Amino acid sequence: MTPVATTFFFYFLAFTAIVSAIAVITRRNPVHAALSLIVTLLSLAGLYLMLYAPFVAGVQIVLYAGGIMVLFLFVIMLVNLERNIREYQWNKQWLLGILLALSLGGLLLFVFKRGQDIFPRTFAGLPETQNTQQVGIWLYGNYMLPFEIASLLLLVAIVGAVVMAKKRI
Amino acid sequence: MAEISTLHYLVLAAGLFMIGTIGVLTRRNVIIILMSIELILNAVNLNLVAFSRLYGLHGQVFAIFVITDAAAEAAVGLGIIIAFFRNKETVNVDEVDLLRW
Repeated sequence: MTPVATTFFFYFLAFTAIVSAIAVITRRNPVHAALSLIVTLLSLAGLYLMLYAPFVAGVQIVLYAGGIMVLFLFVIMLVNLERNIREYQWNKQWLLGILLALSLGGLLLFVFKRGQDIFPRTFAGLPETQNTQQVGIWLYGNYMLPFEIASLLLLVAIVGAVVMAKKRI
Repeated sequence: MAEISTLHYLVLAAGLFMIGTIGVLTRRNVIIILMSIELILNAVNLNLVAFSRLYGLHGQVFAIFVITDAAAEAAVGLGIIIAFFRNKETVNVDEVDLLRW
């Protein structure tokens, strides 16, 4: 299926993503920041749909906006932040940090502008209807070993999180 | 219907990456810093998926691995936050000086 009104949807989703990402790092209350981050994640899922990646878009919504953000909100509720909200929110080297990040962004834009001609103009032609099937075949075929290593990593992360959150080790 | 070029997606991902870096470098609240790291990982994911439109499915498979790592990182990081808050009653990173001399 060819996408419709791609220009409008791209700029709309990109604007939403950027604005709510700025809200994530400027809000004083972490709950507001988490809700803005959910908006960013959802608009990125829309962009994945425009890039012929419906499975990644679904995983983004279910796992990121559903799972990881619920984890964040749980911890925000567990940790008492009332004193923190009234404190000063920026650390001492904020000006230097912003300048460094902006120069990194300028460098990235410079590289993109200089190197934009090396990308192929034609698309790979990914069939959307078989996308999930193809991703599954790749995951259990070529990427078998990384897949198993990822499951081991998740096991280690679960054990580590439980041990660190325990009251007495 | 004209497709959006790859360069547009790269510039958007660079913007998200920059915002995430600013968040990591300037905020004191460690929960916001973890959220900024999620922003950075999402910018990387957008790049991977945008390139997978040009070069085939490898990028999408790798994006799934990145999401897995983000889940593991969030679980461990939030566990550390809980353990730290239990000991010091604060979530400000510049008050974490247990290993500093």
